[in-house]
Amino acid sequence: MSIKVLIPTPLRPYAGKQSVIEVSAQTVGEALSDLVTKYPDLRKHLFSEDGKLRSFVNVYLNDEDIRYLSKDTTPVKETDTITTVPSVAGGR
Amino acid sequence: MALKIPIELYNQLRQHGEATYPHECCGALVGEFDEAGEKTVKAAVQCGNTRTDSLANRYHISPSELVRIQREALLAGQDIVGFYHSHPDHPARWSATDLAEAHWTGCSYLITCVEKGRAVLTNSFLLLDQEDAKNFEDEPLEIVVD
Repeated sequence: MSIKVLIPTPLRPYAGKQSVIEVSAQTVGEALSDLVTKYPDLRKHLFSEDGKLRSFVNVYLNDEDIRYLSKDTTPVKETDTITTVPSVAGGR
Repeated sequence: MALKIPIELYNQLRQHGEATYPHECCGALVGEFDEAGEKTVKAAVQCGNTRTDSLANRYHISPSELVRIQREALLAGQDIVGFYHSHPDHPARWSATDLAEAHWTGCSYLITCVEKGRAVLTNSFLLLDQEDAKNFEDEPLEIVVD
């Protein structure tokens, strides 16, 4: 099925400057896989060399962090939205 | 290119740092990018600092807040253009931690020095380049007075 993935500002240069991309998937993992297949330059910004999500990349299915769902195997519905947000932190 | 920010929002984010002193405050800047990439701030969204273990010198914005802010910004035809935080009794310049934890390339990171409870200097820094070779560049602030 077709679902939307929201692309944050820093990743848009690698996603055709788009803020929303439609992908075909049954799970979150398939959605991200379809995303980086469509836009290969995104891969290294989302995934480390071992194929895992980079530690500062947060992936939400609607309002839920996928770490607390079923991670890559979390199923998706047509009305779902996946949001990718890099972490924001720091300090003196 | 300067980051444009209305004086009301500039004051608001500085006052946030005063209100949370001696702890670091943090928030998101929502606005617009023009075709040349110049950013204009339309809203400064106060966020919670989840680093309750080290509030005096660390901040972290919950990803769930970022998701909500990003979604609402896109619905309004706007975008996250940057973030702000404060440095209690410490210069308004980015630290090694600030750079290590910065991932929103192309966005502005504003830092306010709050000395003894009063906002002193606010500086803006643009995060440049790719993840493995990132750096902050000093960014002029254009404070807009209507």
